[in-house]
Amino acid sequence: MSAGTSPLPPSVTTAPRLRRRPSLSPAALSPAAWIGVLAVLAAASVALYLTVDLGGNLGYVLPRRVNRVLTMVLVAYSVGVSTVLFQTITGNRILTPSIMGFDALYLLIQTGLVFFIGSSGVVALGSTTKFGVELALMVAFSWAIYRWLFTGSGTSLHLVLLVGIVFGTMFRGVSSLLQRLLEPSEFVVLQDAMFASFTNVDTGLLRVSFVLVGLASLVVLGLRRQFDVLALGRDTAISLGIDHARVVTAVLVVCSVLVGVCTALVGPITFFGLIVANLAYALCRRFRHRHVLPIAVLLGIIALVGGQVVLEQVFAFDTALSIVIEFAGGLLFLVMLLRGSIK
Amino acid sequence: MIELTGLTKRYGSRTVVDRVSGTIEAGGIISIIGANGAGKSTLLSMAARLLPMDEGTVFVDELDVLSTPSDQLARKLSILRQENTLSVRLSVRDLVAFGRHPHNRGRHTAEDREHVDRALRYLQLDELADRYVDELSGGQRQRAFIAMVIAQDTDYVLLDEPLNNLDMKHAVEMMQLLRRMAHDFGKTVVLVIHDINFASCYSDRIMAMKDGALVHHGTPEQIMRPEVLRDVYGIDIRVEQIDGHRIGIYFA
Repeated sequence: MSAGTSPLPPSVTTAPRLRRRPSLSPAALSPAAWIGVLAVLAAASVALYLTVDLGGNLGYVLPRRVNRVLTMVLVAYSVGVSTVLFQTITGNRILTPSIMGFDALYLLIQTGLVFFIGSSGVVALGSTTKFGVELALMVAFSWAIYRWLFTGSGTSLHLVLLVGIVFGTMFRGVSSLLQRLLEPSEFVVLQDAMFASFTNVDTGLLRVSFVLVGLASLVVLGLRRQFDVLALGRDTAISLGIDHARVVTAVLVVCSVLVGVCTALVGPITFFGLIVANLAYALCRRFRHRHVLPIAVLLGIIALVGGQVVLEQVFAFDTALSIVIEFAGGLLFLVMLLRGSIK
Repeated sequence: MIELTGLTKRYGSRTVVDRVSGTIEAGGIISIIGANGAGKSTLLSMAARLLPMDEGTVFVDELDVLSTPSDQLARKLSILRQENTLSVRLSVRDLVAFGRHPHNRGRHTAEDREHVDRALRYLQLDELADRYVDELSGGQRQRAFIAMVIAQDTDYVLLDEPLNNLDMKHAVEMMQLLRRMAHDFGKTVVLVIHDINFASCYSDRIMAMKDGALVHHGTPEQIMRPEVLRDVYGIDIRVEQIDGHRIGIYFA
């Protein structure tokens, strides 16, 4: 090398590109104000859903609508809370409990039931028993996989995604094999279960679900002061005095129950949690669970109940809301992958 | 006083920390030096309950780190690892305020705010206090995390390569700050450090590790000798006395 210092070519001297998040955050409103606005919108959606175009037979229509609204609120709550907490303990913004092969497992359980005991057998089983079986299997599966994956100290996100894909593919493979062996008439019965449906939910199941979700919420309430610290990552959380293994285990149990209840109640909803959680992060300038959690839940209620109103009243559609949500959620997932939000 | 007894960590058949025993007296700066892979960070992680040990015990002022409730230990001992990334969006002040969590469980008092302000001032982060952590440079982020540890205000502070990412000015300021913490406020600062000359100039004691074992433990005068450094690093390092400090010369 010569002794003189030659100026570097401009391409080298330009400052390294700062990794800036595109400013999604509408900085105008404080998180508390957002909660207020969203609560009003959510309440308006619910009121609209219950009252618009009621028709003559109140005694018949209204209880059915109340049932549906309660189902949607419960699902919005469970999905919002479980997704945000799951992302907090895993330290990522792209994995959700349901992306981990959950919907595929649900499909497999449905297919397995129809295959082994027949559609008449499924009907004979009764909705409560079926719900119990589905819930038990899904909680057991998620508990096992989350525990195995997330209690070690250095699990990579890529491994987790890969495991989710492998499980999902396996479940789907087994399902499609069983479906091929089904009678066409049995298959038609099964097809109904493949998309989430908020319309035909049994009142008894709804009551059981509310109790289960309520119990899970008590756990959440007890741990609420530790969530923000947990989001700093395992090592920092431990250094700040969090009993990490205990809290993470508790949160995983809560997530398993919430996701299990939702899926058993209405069917697979893969990307819904991803949308509401990430919108909630964007609306909160600073990350605080006491803001993010309610915002995610309220956004969920608005999307489900408000979406249902729009679909039913404006487009005269019925029950296709989950498909629209999955489409939008899938797009968001792709955008996030491409933008490199995954670390 | 931190007491290590027979501390051992194995990954499969590989032993990364091998029956390390020793006592770290309270007060002062203690540097842990050694080549890459000597087990320094692993030792520090085990001492701070971030990593379970395969054998041995660690006691911090008579408290067993494995059985003492985590929040009680967090008021006595803090640790900062090398890589600190956040998956959530926080301002510098928010991050530093988390250092008070072991004391206030999320309910901030006026005293907590004072601690936070002081920590920000110590690390000259006043002007960056309202910036987001993910928008800072590596060195600024490193200082923000160290401010959090300082706000935690524990008797024992364990730092894994605190000079990472810092330029010369900030590195020197960091070491001066740590010395002030140790000597003026009676803290015990244990750090893993690669620059033996910083270790020599600022440490009260130096622990040298090699292949998972603690091979030397003494004052900078005892450790900063060519024969000792040769044993630790396997290279010849000339040691000169400059302004009362022993400086190792290893660049050529």
